[in-house]
Amino acid sequence: MAGAFAAVLIFFVYSVVHPSLPAWAHDGLTLITGTRWDPAASVYGALPLILDTVISTVVALLFAVPVGLGTALMLTFFLPRRLRTVTTSLVELLAAIPSVVYGLWGLYVLVPWMSAHFEPWLASLTGGRWPFSGDNLGAGLMLASIVLAIMILPTIVAISRDVIAALPRDLTEAALSLGASRSQVLRKVILPTARSGILGAVSLGAGRALGETVAVLMVIGGNAQMPRSLFSVGATLSSTIATEYAEASPSNLAALSALAVILMVLTASVNALARILVRRAGTLGA
Amino acid sequence: MSEVLSSLPPDPIYDRRARIRQITAHTLKRRARTSQLFMLAISLALVVALVPLVLILFTAFQRGGSVLSSTFLTTLPQVPSIGQQSSIGGIGNAIIGTLIVAAMASVIAIPLSLLLGLYLVEVETRFANALRFSVEILSGVPSILLGVFAYIFIVLPQHRFSAFAASVALALLMTPVITKSVETAIRGVPVSVVEAGLALGARRWTVARRVVLPVARPGIVTGTLLALARAMGETAPLLLIIGVSFSTSWDTNPFHPMSALTTLTYYYSSSAFPAQHQAAWGVALVLVLMVLVLNVSSRLISARLNKKVQG
Repeated sequence: MAGAFAAVLIFFVYSVVHPSLPAWAHDGLTLITGTRWDPAASVYGALPLILDTVISTVVALLFAVPVGLGTALMLTFFLPRRLRTVTTSLVELLAAIPSVVYGLWGLYVLVPWMSAHFEPWLASLTGGRWPFSGDNLGAGLMLASIVLAIMILPTIVAISRDVIAALPRDLTEAALSLGASRSQVLRKVILPTARSGILGAVSLGAGRALGETVAVLMVIGGNAQMPRSLFSVGATLSSTIATEYAEASPSNLAALSALAVILMVLTASVNALARILVRRAGTLGA
Repeated sequence: MSEVLSSLPPDPIYDRRARIRQITAHTLKRRARTSQLFMLAISLALVVALVPLVLILFTAFQRGGSVLSSTFLTTLPQVPSIGQQSSIGGIGNAIIGTLIVAAMASVIAIPLSLLLGLYLVEVETRFANALRFSVEILSGVPSILLGVFAYIFIVLPQHRFSAFAASVALALLMTPVITKSVETAIRGVPVSVVEAGLALGARRWTVARRVVLPVARPGIVTGTLLALARAMGETAPLLLIIGVSFSTSWDTNPFHPMSALTTLTYYYSSSAFPAQHQAAWGVALVLVLMVLVLNVSSRLISARLNKKVQG
């Protein structure tokens, strides 16, 4: 049975890689470095899609990591037990909400709010300088990042909380007995000691964000162009696969499979890194 | 006497003490202020983390609630016409579709995960370790790639989009989650219980089936319910392989295209008819309710389990 499962995994990799071979043979590295993605003209350069994927993930992490770490610290050290259970369940509930519901909420609630309030506010705050320049469309990279941040928050909170809770109690007590204040204990003892585990949690969140499809598809605007600012509309690797795959021509299908390969390599390496970091943090705490 | 004292040069110790006291007071004040600021920041983080959940649930109930009715849940969708733009019909076939696909995915994923989990606990070889690592990696694979896999292996050979292909993709999504919970639950079974079974002369397989699995069952059920909730809420792979986003038939043949709640929500969200935007919230609410029920029940089971273990 385990052998059969291993076979399925190998088939899985094969099924993603094999159909992409014609595209690699035809376009070579321009598949990755080309700046124009235009299936109608059979021009396949995935750089805008890769950039949009990476940028939205990085910006999402900028939002989600401080909020997630703060929440994890709060949950581990300061909430009374009953409140902690309730809050933990609520944060985990965020992970359970289907991504299409996030997309719907983003599309009908956040897009109008972004274009009417948030983006003009950001632009006026920064004088409309890059990366906060461009039209206030609502949809775009910025909104995709915000939605992604909300979606990966539970992952970051859950894993970093586990890592932090696994730290030996002596550390905290030793620091407190030396006269450190609460914030000093957290900032100078807990966070540095848990660093590799937290990095693992962040990478796991990044892995989720890189691969998230439908929610991003619904709020990013769906236009494969080189990103100019955080307000510009775009398309990610996964959103392009989702919209074009079902009715693709053979050459388009090969190029989309190449996108799938790029996405697989990106997420697999980020996830492998995350697992190794979390595992190492686990042995450290024990 | 007092003249003598006042004529002495000033004592440097007093000065130094005063300065030390001043610095200490300053440091303590700064420390307290940093501490308070930091506490404020992380409390704020907690609040910020909970706000989106409240907003999303509120919007889903507010906008979806007005659409929800027994007709909406049990009838077929209607295509709005120019004359009757507000006639949206129901989502009966999408509910059935989601349930069928989820059931088929469970039939594939649950036995596979049980065996896989048992194997990972029992066998300590290089291959087993590699397998465990691949299961973990599979749990991080973007779901859209599972759709690509099912497209190449099932849709292309059969020349047909199908609910079956969707359930295979979702089974691959569920397997790592359930396997993990099986492994954790089985590792939690006390060795003494296993050894008692073996000492009575039972075979390993009998012990696994009659002793280990029943003890580990609550943990496994919890994991399965969570996996099921994830699978039912999944959209991306279905977009590639289930074949239709909007269907007005009750066709329940698993080898035909089928309507599902998530793909229907996606379809409605980009519709040209305002009534269908409203309907999208109705479908979303049904989805959210399904997922909530699965989540809460899994939580209740694990809470009961914890109580049993502690008591």
